[in-house]
Amino acid sequence: MVLSKTTSQTDVSVHSTFASRYVQCSLPRFKIPENSIPKEAAFQIINDELMLDGNPRLNLASFVTTWMEPECDKLIMASINKNYVDMDEYPVTTELQNRCVNMIAHMFNAPLGDGEAAVGVGTVGSSEAIMLAGLAFKRKWQNKMKQLGKPHDKPNIVTGANVQVCWEKFARYFEVELKEVKLSDGYYVMDPEKAVEMVDENTICVAAILGSTLNGEFEDVKKLNDLLMKKNEETGWDTPIHVDAASGGFIAPFLYPELEWDFRLPLVKSINVSGHKYGLVYAGIGWVIWRSKEDLPDELIFHINYLGADQPTFTLNFSKGSSQVIAQYYQLIRLGYEGYRNIMENCQENAMVLKEGLEKTGRFNIVSKDNGVPLVAFSLKDNSRHNEFEVSDMLRRFGWIVPAYTMPPDAQHVTVLRVVIREDFSRTLAERLVADIQKVLQELDLLPARVTEKLAATTATTAVEEHPPAVIKKTAIEVQREITAAWRKMVADKKKTNGVC
Amino acid sequence: MVVTTTKPNSDERLRSTFASRYATTSLPRFKIPSGSMPKEAAYQTVNDELMLDGNPRLNLASFVTTWMEPECDKLIMASINKNYVDMDEYPVTTELQNRCVNMIAHLFHAPVGDDETAIGVGTVGSSEAIMLAGLAFKRKWQAKRKEQGKPYDKPNIVTGANVQVCWEKFARYFEVELKEVKLSEGYYVMDPAKAVEMVDENTICVAAILGSTLAGEFEDVRLLNKLLTKKNEETGWDTPIHVDAASGGFIEPFLYPELEWDFRLPLVKSINVSGHKYGLVYAGVGWVVWRSTEDLSDELVFHINYLGSDQPTFTLNFSKGSYQIIAQYYQFIRLGFEGYRNIMENCMENARLLKEGINKTGRFNILSKDIGVPLVAFSLKDSRRYTVFQISESLRRFGWIVPAYTMTPDAEHIALLRVVIREDFSHSLAERLVSDIQKVIKELDELPPHATVEAANVALDDLHRSKADGLLLKKSVNETQKEICRYGRRISDKKTSGVC
Repeated sequence: MVLSKTTSQTDVSVHSTFASRYVQCSLPRFKIPENSIPKEAAFQIINDELMLDGNPRLNLASFVTTWMEPECDKLIMASINKNYVDMDEYPVTTELQNRCVNMIAHMFNAPLGDGEAAVGVGTVGSSEAIMLAGLAFKRKWQNKMKQLGKPHDKPNIVTGANVQVCWEKFARYFEVELKEVKLSDGYYVMDPEKAVEMVDENTICVAAILGSTLNGEFEDVKKLNDLLMKKNEETGWDTPIHVDAASGGFIAPFLYPELEWDFRLPLVKSINVSGHKYGLVYAGIGWVIWRSKEDLPDELIFHINYLGADQPTFTLNFSKGSSQVIAQYYQLIRLGYEGYRNIMENCQENAMVLKEGLEKTGRFNIVSKDNGVPLVAFSLKDNSRHNEFEVSDMLRRFGWIVPAYTMPPDAQHVTVLRVVIREDFSRTLAERLVADIQKVLQELDLLPARVTEKLAATTATTAVEEHPPAVIKKTAIEVQREITAAWRKMVADKKKTNGVC
Repeated sequence: MVVTTTKPNSDERLRSTFASRYATTSLPRFKIPSGSMPKEAAYQTVNDELMLDGNPRLNLASFVTTWMEPECDKLIMASINKNYVDMDEYPVTTELQNRCVNMIAHLFHAPVGDDETAIGVGTVGSSEAIMLAGLAFKRKWQAKRKEQGKPYDKPNIVTGANVQVCWEKFARYFEVELKEVKLSEGYYVMDPAKAVEMVDENTICVAAILGSTLAGEFEDVRLLNKLLTKKNEETGWDTPIHVDAASGGFIEPFLYPELEWDFRLPLVKSINVSGHKYGLVYAGVGWVVWRSTEDLSDELVFHINYLGSDQPTFTLNFSKGSYQIIAQYYQFIRLGFEGYRNIMENCMENARLLKEGINKTGRFNILSKDIGVPLVAFSLKDSRRYTVFQISESLRRFGWIVPAYTMTPDAEHIALLRVVIREDFSHSLAERLVSDIQKVIKELDELPPHATVEAANVALDDLHRSKADGLLLKKSVNETQKEICRYGRRISDKKTSGVC
C-alpha cells in the first residue's frame, strides 16, 4: 500500500504575496535581518509602507518638480545606472552637462562670445551651488586681503533675513559671518539700502534672492547693483553680488525678459538656479554659473584629464546619478523658450485663479505679489478665533499639503499659508482647492463653539457650587487662547531650519 | 468636378521619427532653442546620442553599482518625484532613512543599545559623508583648543597618499592641511607607524581607508588604534580616528567579521560608507555614522521639527531624490546578512578566477591582495614594448572599460590596470575578459609598437635627406617609446584623475 502524504509546508515561493509569512513579521528597524526574503515580498512590503507618504503631486509646499513626461521617465530609467562622475566612460553625458551650462549661461546673459564655453557646473541642488559660489567669493576675498596685507580671518556675507536655510549652513560650515538685513511688516525681502549700509571691508559678497521662498517676491537686484557700485567707488572695496535665483532663474527670463537682474548688471559675478524647481526636472539638480574665469579662483578647481582634453570640475559631491542632467537637457531642447514661456504663463494664470478665489471668500489677505514666483501666500484677516496652522491641518484631511509658517524677524507676528503653483497644478485643481478651503473655513467657524461647549461642560460639573457663572466664560476664552498660544509657540520654536524651501 | 489635392507638407507630427526634420537639424549646444519640439523627437535624439556612452555594466573601472533587481527599479520609478528633504510630507521615507542609519550603525558595532537610535545620516555619496565627518572633527578640535587657550588656526589631517580625491577636496575647501604618508614600492597603503609619527597637536584626526581605491587593500586600523592610543597617552592630545570605509564597509562585516576595524576600536569616532558601492544601490547614496552624540558637535546640527518630534539633520545637500534611500532599505531587508554574504563570496570567487586567468598568461604581476575589495590590480612584468595604457585602449575595442593609472608618490613609477568585480560581473564575463586580454596581448606582441613604425618612417625620410647613420634611427625609436610612456603617466598622474 502506498500512503501518500500531502506536505503541509509548501514552498514559500508558491505562497501568494499576502499569504506569505513575510507580511506577518515586523519589519526590521535596527539591525540588518539574518536571512534574505523573496524580492516580490520585499517590494510589496516597502511599497505598502510608502503608501502612507504624502502624494507628491498634492504637496503644495514644494517648488520641486513632481511630474515629467513619460518619454523623459524612459530616459531617466535608462540612465539610472550611470555614475555621472565617470566622465571617461560616459563622454556624451558629460557633454550634455556642458551644453546645459552653456545654455543657462546664455539665458542669464553671461558676457560670452559665440562658441565660447561658459564657466559653470551642475550640482545636486542650489545648496551645493550656493556653497560653491560662496567658497569662490571667500577665496577671492582672502587672496585680495592677503595681497593688501590685511587680516582675512573674519569674512562676512550680507543677505536678507528671508534667505533659505542653505545660506545659514554655508555660513556655519565655512566659517563666514552671516549679516542679515531684518524684514519689516509689509516688506518681506531684503532692502537694498539697508544691505549696502551693512557692507564693510570684510564682506565677501552681497546675496540677493530672485524669488524669495517666503512669498515669491523678486528682489530689486538692479537697485542693489546701483547702490553698491556707488559705495564701491567711495570705498574701493569692490564688493560683488551673488544672485540666488533658485526659483526665479527659470521664470524671469521667460515672463519678464526686460527685468535686469542677471549678468547684465556688472556687479553680479555668479548666479545659482535650481534645475529641479522651475527648470522642470525631478529633485536632484542645480546649476551655478560664474560671469567669467576671473570670478572662480583656479586653486579651487580640480582638473581631470579625460579623452585627452581638460575637464575642469568644482563640486562637493563626486559620485551621483546622471539621470537629472540628462532630464534637464531633454527639457531644454524639448520645450525651448516657447515651451517654458507657455508653462510659466499657465502657472501665473492658475495662480491668479487661486488668488481670486481666495479673495472672494473675504477672509484672507494676499501677501504675495503678482510679479514673482507663481505662488499664493495668504494670511487670515482675523486669526484670533482660529489660525493658519489649523487651516493647514484641516486641509490635510482633504489630501492637500499646504504649509503654514511665521515670517522671520522682524515680522514674526505674521503667519502665512503658502501654495506653490507648479507645472502640474492645473486650473481644475486650483478650483478644487478653493472649494476645499471654503469647506475648511466653514468647519472652523463651527469648531470653537464646539470646543467651548465641551470645556464649559466639564468646568460646569466641577464649578457648579463653588464658582459663579462668570468663571465658566473666562475658562472658555482662556482655553481658546491657550490653544492658539500653543500653536504659535510650536511654530516660533521652529527655527529657519524648518526647510521652507 | 471635385479635384482633390494632396498636401505636400503633411503635419509634422505624422512623420515617423527619423523622417521628421528633427533628425536633420543640429542639436542645440549653446543656446536654448526658441521653439519646442515634439516629445518623441526629443526623446529619440537624446537617446540616440547617449548610445555613444560606454555601457555601464562593462565599466570595470567603477565600484558603483550598475544593476538592481526589477522589483527595486519599480520602487525607484514610483518615488522618482519625491523630494527627500520634505520630511513633513514623506514621513515614511524619512523613517526608512532612520532605519538604514540604525542598521548600518549596528553593522559597525556602534555602542548603541538594541532599541536606541544611532547618530548618522544619509548623504549623496562618500564625498559629502567625509566632508561632514571632517567638519565634525574640525569643530570639536577647535572647541577643545579654544578651551585650552591655544591657537586653532592651523588644523591638519593625517592620511595616506592613497586617499581618494575627496579628502583633498575636503582639505582645500575647508582649509585643513593634508599631511600625507607617502607610499613605497610594494606597500600601497598608509603605514600606521609613519602615520602616528606625523600626528601633532594640530591634527584633527587620522583617516584610515578600508578598501584603498588603488589596489583594494584594507588598512590595519587595529594597529593604528594601538599605536595612536599609546601616543595619546604620552601627549594627552586625544587624537581620534576616522575610517573611510567607502568600499570596505559593506564587505568586511560579511566576509571577515572577526577583523576589528570599526567602533570596536575605541579611537574610531566616525565611519563613512558608500551605499552605492557594495551597498548595492545605484549612484547617489552614502552614509556616515558617529560613535555617539559627543562626537558630533551640536552647533553643526540643524533641528527640524516634524510631526511634533525632533529630526536632527546635518547635510550639505538639501533637496535631492529619495529613491536611493528607499533602494538601500530594500536591499537590506531583501538580502539580509545571508544575501550580502553570498554576493560578496561570489565576487571574491570571480575575482580569484580572473586573477588565475591573468596569472596564467605569465605576463603580469598581481598587485592586489587576496583579502580586500574584490578587484584585481595587475601590472606588466615587462613594459618596454607596450604599456598598460595600450592594453587598456585595446580592450576598449572589445567593449571593456579597464582603467590604467600610475600609483601616487612615492611609487609613481608603477603603472597598473585595475578590474573591479561588482555583483553583476559573473563567472562567464570573467572568462570572456581573460580571453580578450589574451587576444590583446597577442595583438600587441605581433605588432611592432605603432609609434616605432611611424617614427622609423619619419626618421628614414630624414635619414635619406641628412645622411645620418643607423644609430640615429634606434635612438629616435627609444625616445619615442619613452615619450609615449611619459605622456601616459602624465595623464593619470594627478590624484584628480577620478580613480574612484
